[in-house]
Amino acid sequence: MTTLIYDGTFEGLLTAVFDVYAHKLGNVKLHQGEYLEGTLFDEKLHVVTDQTRAARVLKLLKLKLSTLGVQRLYAAHLAEIPGEDNNLLGFIRYAIDSPENIEEDYGNKYVMRISEIVRMVRREKHRMEAFIRFQKLRDGLFYAAIEPDFNVLPLLIKHFKSRYADMKWMIYDLRRKYGIYYDLHDTQFITLDFAESNRQTDIVAAYTEDENMYQHLWKNYFKSVNIASRKNTKLHVRHIPKRYWKHLTEKI
Amino acid sequence: MLKILVFLNCMDADRITEKLNILADAAKYDVSCASSGSKRKNENKGLGNASNGICHSYTEDGRCVSLLKILLTNHCIFDCAYCVSRKSNDIQRAAFTVQEVVDLTINFYRRNYIEGLFLSSGIFKDADFTMERLVRVAKKLRLEHNFHGYIHLKSIPGASDELMNEAGLYADRLSVNLEMPTEAGLKLLAPDKSHQDMIKPMSYLKNAIIQHTEEKKLFKKAPMFAPAGQSTQVIIGATPEDDNQILHSANYFYKSFKLRRVYYSGYVPVLEDSRLPALNTSVPMVRENRLYQADWLMRNYGFHVSEIVNNQQPHLDLDIDPKLSWAIRNMHEFPVDVNRADLKMILRVPGIGILSAQKIVSARKFGKLNWEHLKRMGVSVNRAKYFITCQSKEFERRDLTGSAIKQFILATSHSKYNKNVPTQLNLF
Ligand code: SF4
Repeated sequence: MTTLIYDGTFEGLLTAVFDVYAHKLGNVKLHQGEYLEGTLFDEKLHVVTDQTRAARVLKLLKLKLSTLGVQRLYAAHLAEIPGEDNNLLGFIRYAIDSPENIEEDYGNKYVMRISEIVRMVRREKHRMEAFIRFQKLRDGLFYAAIEPDFNVLPLLIKHFKSRYADMKWMIYDLRRKYGIYYDLHDTQFITLDFAESNRQTDIVAAYTEDENMYQHLWKNYFKSVNIASRKNTKLHVRHIPKRYWKHLTEKI
Repeated sequence: MLKILVFLNCMDADRITEKLNILADAAKYDVSCASSGSKRKNENKGLGNASNGICHSYTEDGRCVSLLKILLTNHCIFDCAYCVSRKSNDIQRAAFTVQEVVDLTINFYRRNYIEGLFLSSGIFKDADFTMERLVRVAKKLRLEHNFHGYIHLKSIPGASDELMNEAGLYADRLSVNLEMPTEAGLKLLAPDKSHQDMIKPMSYLKNAIIQHTEEKKLFKKAPMFAPAGQSTQVIIGATPEDDNQILHSANYFYKSFKLRRVYYSGYVPVLEDSRLPALNTSVPMVRENRLYQADWLMRNYGFHVSEIVNNQQPHLDLDIDPKLSWAIRNMHEFPVDVNRADLKMILRVPGIGILSAQKIVSARKFGKLNWEHLKRMGVSVNRAKYFITCQSKEFERRDLTGSAIKQFILATSHSKYNKNVPTQLNLF
């Protein structure tokens, strides 16, 4: 058993795959983190992320999988779910070793696991598309804060860019401390350095004058559409788990 | 000066809030809230698009909130017994201006609260007068605000073809609510409405949609016309129709008018009227849910309506879903071998949904599937095990009767509508 230590990037993952084949390694384990001398693992290999090697593996994967299959693999990696590295590696090795496309071999544990991860990531992405609430600030910017379970921000760009093409907006992932900003032409990744403590009050202070009115109207609307005689809290919480409430205007 | 301005602003906000409360409240009994099925793209860097509907929130009774669903006004010249807005009901009345609806829609949309607007109305003056206002809202949103989000307009029964045509050009979906599943039910509870007046805009739209779809095939630039089609709603439990009548009439409307959806709305007793169920009657939520499941089986699982309900089986089983109910009435069709049966039959197995059925058919090309595989593919094995065999020596060997299976399944499952069981209520 060899433990491969890599940096956690997609290129790093692909380089690790390259090394597995280059060194003809059979039994391996993938580990994210820094390479330290003489610790923990007996046999270990430091994966040095390499663009050329990664590109070669990617090229091979594109032959073995459909375009959608490669995208799904990327989405699964992007999610940054701890402990899934070996499943990603297992999937890639299975894809490379098989003569035919294995994307739909749901009987295989790696294929099934990737499909599960993709489903979880998709669901989180859809939830964000639904639950993001923009607040209009005085300079005309529409701002939203999110704290998704997985790193789905990059997957949101396409949806929000095509929907809100005529306004400036920013979506900020408070947990991962970065955001996307759309300036009416393009989107870019950004980081903000406001103090932890007064973040929300800063934003409220920057509201445009009708922001409070529309939030108030929306909360009212949400209350009016409820039919008391049909109340079903269990169903309600299943649709909007409580961890999302703190950024939902109608639930604050 | 500034003070007065602020004051005016507040007045305005209060008035709008009051109108919104009244007119959203009056609109909430229309259960349709779908915003899917359209294919409107954002053009010329405008605002919004409409394709796969998103539920932006959920009400406390668990229904999807996708659209700003309001009435333009709850003034009405008609007196339909089941409706809160009926003429003879003593309630507060209000009316939005066209501009107010436009502003609300745009501002809610920009904040990502909604997918678009669902605008309905009580009938004031006459059908055309009302319809013209509804159309004007849609037109303003599209032409003046470059808005490409979802718009659902109610077609007012009796509105002219010209207005229906205009409505189709700006709206994604149009609907006429049949409300009562049969003509007799309608006569009893909505004496001012004629069945004919409701059918007329529906058939006009059906033909116009077909015609525009043909044109669109020939010329890419041809205008879109109600790309999300037509839908309707029927109220359940206000009149004595059985599920057999309801589903057959739904089937008729799907077939004859090419409707995209029929919505079933459990009657919420809001009014005292000798023709209606008493005020303390509870909303038939389980029945409503079963009707949706049955409707789903008709549209997506290849079931014919008479396999689900017929003269021998006029009611849907309330304890179990209609698919399981069909299966235990047809035990001679089972067990199904998931490694061989065609997709059509796999779809009929209780506990296997569309996604897992497709996964099964793809995955079995790579090798025979066993229970573990099925479980991982999302099959509810607890339910399906009575109806299938797979690559395993373990399977249900007992020759169980349908009713025994029903008991086993009921003993191990919990319905999301079983909220009246006290132990479950304590959870919250
Ligand atoms: S016409 Fe419509 S709004 Fe008027 S009473 Fe009948 S159902 Fe209600």
